[in-house]
Amino acid sequence: MRDDVLVGTNWVADHLEDPKVRIAEVDVDTSAYDQGHVPGAVGWNWSTQLCDTVVRDVIPKNKLEELLGASGIDNDTTVVLYGDNNNWFAAWAFWQLKLYGHRDVRIMDGGRKKWLAEGKELSTDPPKAPKKTYKANAQDDSLRAYLPEVMDAVRNKSASLVDVRSPAEFTGEILAPPGLPETCQRGGHIPGAKSMPWAKLANEDGTFKSDAEIKALYDGVGVTGDTPIVAYCRIGERSSHSWFALKYLLGYKNVKNYDGSWTEWGNLVRAPVEKP
Amino acid sequence: MKAEDYTERSETIDTWPVHIVTYRIGGMYYCTIDNVDPGARFARAEGATSDEAERAALEKARKYLRQTRRFPTAT
Repeated sequence: MRDDVLVGTNWVADHLEDPKVRIAEVDVDTSAYDQGHVPGAVGWNWSTQLCDTVVRDVIPKNKLEELLGASGIDNDTTVVLYGDNNNWFAAWAFWQLKLYGHRDVRIMDGGRKKWLAEGKELSTDPPKAPKKTYKANAQDDSLRAYLPEVMDAVRNKSASLVDVRSPAEFTGEILAPPGLPETCQRGGHIPGAKSMPWAKLANEDGTFKSDAEIKALYDGVGVTGDTPIVAYCRIGERSSHSWFALKYLLGYKNVKNYDGSWTEWGNLVRAPVEKP
Repeated sequence: MKAEDYTERSETIDTWPVHIVTYRIGGMYYCTIDNVDPGARFARAEGATSDEAERAALEKARKYLRQTRRFPTAT
């Protein structure tokens, strides 16, 4: 299963010219792509291209079809995603492509950091991507949790909630990762949520730990896949990373990403909050 | 073209542990700084030399970290 969704930097280097493969870089730092990117890779801006820019929502279906088509991607293309910050927004893009039913999408393990650290070839040339036609499916809501479902999980314990933020965010000591703007009114976590910081799933070089190591971590907090799982963070990108690991590395069937996350819950009037 | 002179190190700025990565692509040096926990890049800069890029990135990092508040965790 891991090999179907995760590829190494060497695999990517070997497939730069493969017409069936399209590589896309998605960074937190949207200027990074322009410094130099994997040769032939297209660059997607998470803050303008992978979301609805009016309503808070994922990218609309027709916009996704436009973006993928313009990127030289059709429904049969193998899409390989990578980015900075240990692939946070690459995982966010992966989640959205799966929401819309793309069959073959993979993540480059270790992301941009590993590619740079290994001294692999970079390019500033714009990619030559012949335009294609893309037809997206309707959104698959089995992969996405909305507020009412999370509230139900709190009231009725109908799902295991996994908070993947840092311990200091979980306890409410800080409202956002150090150095980033505070975007919520209250700190703490959703009542009943288990803390499993996303970073625990990653090695020093940004690659994912082994399936056995990841499973042991989740087993340790009682998240075993026997009940539905909902992962959340602050805005939904770190939880995409954990959602990816739970669903595609561990193979748990019922795993959703709550992209409203703490910026939704932590701003709700009278929503219950647990501290620490 | 590739990333060269790639270095990584950890430091503490005003009690916050940070991770500093510096590298050169072509004639430009880039420095990025992330908070160790959770590992989010929050300051970056570029410069003609490694020192220049790091100095500018560290200045931004100090400014942003000063704005981070700590709250009591007891309810």
